[in-house]
Amino acid sequence: MGGYIPSSSDERQKMLDQLGMADIGDLFSHIPQEVLLKKPLDLPEGLSELEVRRAMEKIASKNRRFDTIFRGAGSYNHYIPSVVKHIAAKEDYVTAYTPYQAELSQGLLQGIFEYQSMICALTGMDASNASVYDGSAAAAEAALMCRERGRNALIVAGSCDPQTLHVIRTYCSAAGMEVIEAAAKDGRADADAIASAAGAGTAAVYIQQPNFFGLLEDVEKIGAIAHEAGARYIVGVNPISLAVLKTPAECGADIAVGEGQPLGIPLSFGGPYLGFMACKSAMTRKLPGRIVGETLDIHGKRAYVLTLQAREQHIRREKAGSSICSNQALCALTAAVYMSAMGPAGMKDAAVQCMSKAAYAADKITAIPGFKLYFDGPFFHEFVTQGPVASSVVLARLEEQGILGGYPLFGDDSGCILWCVTEMNTREEIDRLAEILKEVAAV
Amino acid sequence: MKLIFEKSRPGRGSSYLPPCDVPIRQDMPEALKRTEAPELPEVSEIDLVRHHAALLDRVYGVNRGFYPLGSCTMKYNPRINEEIAGLPGFCGIHPLQPEHTVQGCLEVLETAEKLLCEITGMDRMTFQPAAGAQGEFTGLLLIRAYHQARGDVRRTKIIVPDSAHGTNPASAAMAGFTVVSIPSGADGCVDLDQLRAAADDETAGLMLTNPNTLGLFDRNILEITKIIHDAGGLAYYDGANLNAVIGIARPGDMGFDVMHLNLHKTFSTPHGGGGPGSGPVGCRETLAKYLPEPAVERDENSGALRLRKGDPASIGQMKSFYGNFLVVVRALAYVLTLGREGVPEVSRNAVLNANYLLKKLESVYKPACSEPCMHEFVLTIDDIKKETGVSALDFAKFIIDQGIHPPTMYFPLIVHEALMVEPTETESIDTLDEAAEIFMKCYMTAYEDPEAMKKAPATTPVGRLDEVSAARFPKLKF
Repeated sequence: MGGYIPSSSDERQKMLDQLGMADIGDLFSHIPQEVLLKKPLDLPEGLSELEVRRAMEKIASKNRRFDTIFRGAGSYNHYIPSVVKHIAAKEDYVTAYTPYQAELSQGLLQGIFEYQSMICALTGMDASNASVYDGSAAAAEAALMCRERGRNALIVAGSCDPQTLHVIRTYCSAAGMEVIEAAAKDGRADADAIASAAGAGTAAVYIQQPNFFGLLEDVEKIGAIAHEAGARYIVGVNPISLAVLKTPAECGADIAVGEGQPLGIPLSFGGPYLGFMACKSAMTRKLPGRIVGETLDIHGKRAYVLTLQAREQHIRREKAGSSICSNQALCALTAAVYMSAMGPAGMKDAAVQCMSKAAYAADKITAIPGFKLYFDGPFFHEFVTQGPVASSVVLARLEEQGILGGYPLFGDDSGCILWCVTEMNTREEIDRLAEILKEVAAV
Repeated sequence: MKLIFEKSRPGRGSSYLPPCDVPIRQDMPEALKRTEAPELPEVSEIDLVRHHAALLDRVYGVNRGFYPLGSCTMKYNPRINEEIAGLPGFCGIHPLQPEHTVQGCLEVLETAEKLLCEITGMDRMTFQPAAGAQGEFTGLLLIRAYHQARGDVRRTKIIVPDSAHGTNPASAAMAGFTVVSIPSGADGCVDLDQLRAAADDETAGLMLTNPNTLGLFDRNILEITKIIHDAGGLAYYDGANLNAVIGIARPGDMGFDVMHLNLHKTFSTPHGGGGPGSGPVGCRETLAKYLPEPAVERDENSGALRLRKGDPASIGQMKSFYGNFLVVVRALAYVLTLGREGVPEVSRNAVLNANYLLKKLESVYKPACSEPCMHEFVLTIDDIKKETGVSALDFAKFIIDQGIHPPTMYFPLIVHEALMVEPTETESIDTLDEAAEIFMKCYMTAYEDPEAMKKAPATTPVGRLDEVSAARFPKLKF
């Protein structure tokens, strides 16, 4: 049996003696008898470290890890420089608590301050928080930030990630906020539908760029519609794409949110990931969660501290805008290390490679008879194709060849697949993908 | 210390990618293009490594020393669990892979559910909530869905004792409830008369931490949950203090209907400087159909695990995918390591350590209440402050100079000048003895040299901070 109790049994007996107790069970004598467990829990016997390693490796071996991945849809396969993993695994970062005691936590606080600065640099916004649970939760929290007296509806451009819409619905319905999904048109936000839904009761409009289908939206145009109606504008962004795309700030966003997983965080079967949130200065005091600020110590030395805490649950209790306490700090730190390692040139290189390879792959696939792009218009690193055979047939064949194909959309018979191509995919892999699709289509 | 931006030099940086092996393409309108590169730092890899080495010198983790931060359960984070979470067979899995290729991931969730339900006395569990507060939000939505499904729409109130964590009332408000705060007894326990007066046909439920935030097990727990049930409400258990009772008593047997756990407290997963945590929610079978989706289930015919979606009764999705999965992996490895005998040993030793340390301090310090404590205890230094002018904050800052992390201060709110101490089971008698000496030194210094305590900390890279200016004139980025 393993365990992590350092004191020996003699030492424990000595401690009990000090307490005037004969048995360790005496510590629980004040608990009502009716609720004390009468028999041991039905759990397996404890394991040694070697045994638990074997047991968990065995479970892991029941998963299939793909070396070649053409699937995104909210979780993206990017190269993570070795230095990122090493720094993010440092014991002090991993085992520290929320930096309440600032003097003892300057390293962590400065690291988060640097993260906030980088998120602001990427998005063009004025203020970032220290992270929330994930990109979808960030979008939902942003919606709650926009509630105002008389403005209680959120319009969501239907071209966003369906999971994000689900999470927004969960949060908003709890808060009594109305969610209006403006159906997408030809795979993109429908400006007319959004304009006709927007009005005096609209708190905010949410759009995702690039959208769920990989397409680039006319973010500025939708923003103008939101502001025309007196509503706030929330833009969900992919952080890698921001190395080449106009910032949400320039596009009129009041709040920028997104999933930070592409910034050095492994696929991890969906978590932990990183929800980032940044806003214009006018909304800073509505941001949920931890925020690190710069200040001075009593000697006049520059220092960092958790700030604007009057917003938060431990002060405001039921009047707080959000209950978030624990966040995704270590993921935020990981993202900061990733952005530092890549730098502006490396980020741009990754983004341009994603775009170039996706364009190459789209050309290759659509050159196969029977395959076409399902939507028109420019895209970043994802695109939807429609093929002549059921998606499941295509994907099964790819799987046989060790390739995780794209994400099937619109039902199996539609033959529609959402592909994602990143810097991780070589030309050779893309060519092979096209070859296999050609074979499948020819049958 | 310089910011990484101040170490940036134009043109510096490492190249991690090979040259692009397809023609460069940026097929998009000029109007969508970024015109200026983001102001990210330009540093070499060695600059970056040394920058973080310097930052790490200014961070204090459990690996460095004693961390008795009350209500946070800063226990040792076993290294093996980090290694297991890093297995490519877990961290290299795309969340939208076909189900037959992720049977191992689903088995992690299924097994963790089974074991943690046994430990808590719950019937079903979801791992979607990313942290305790999101767990509360989830659990409260289950309560809301339960009443709504019964057409019992008047139940809009959640009762929360004033000794509760701030997340409780905040989560209740997020879930659309009105919060009814009831005063606790002096010992932090529920005042039964107050509870009876508050519980009525508008009560949706009660949120309770047990042991409570003063570290006491509420003797009346069965009566409390009965009062709520008799009024037609449901009882929610905040698992923040579960480390006191695993293998000893179960929330399900105390009468609770729904609860969250903090895997980053009780189940040893690291806090990561504030997260990621994991706040799974357990519930009784009657509430199971409202749990978030996707939910893991086993196909009875094939025996394969799958993800269920689309049940209209479900409260929906709390976040993308299935929760902070790798945190669940670590917690599962931990429970498998402890096993049947090891689980109760956790609580026994957590409670033993707390009582031992309290006993050593009682000669000079005043506990917030006189009952035997569970896994943590609260001291009030209100009298000391009146006599010396030294506050709980001064104590905490002085403790920093003694080389350990201070206890939680000013919580719970019902205790004046509170210091909340939670040693956890993973500390040895030597560490506790040393901590007791440090606390004694604090006490002596408060009377002999109070000014020294007000000037603390003196050993840290920075002294006390100007928090007022930080909030009044926020500077939140470089």
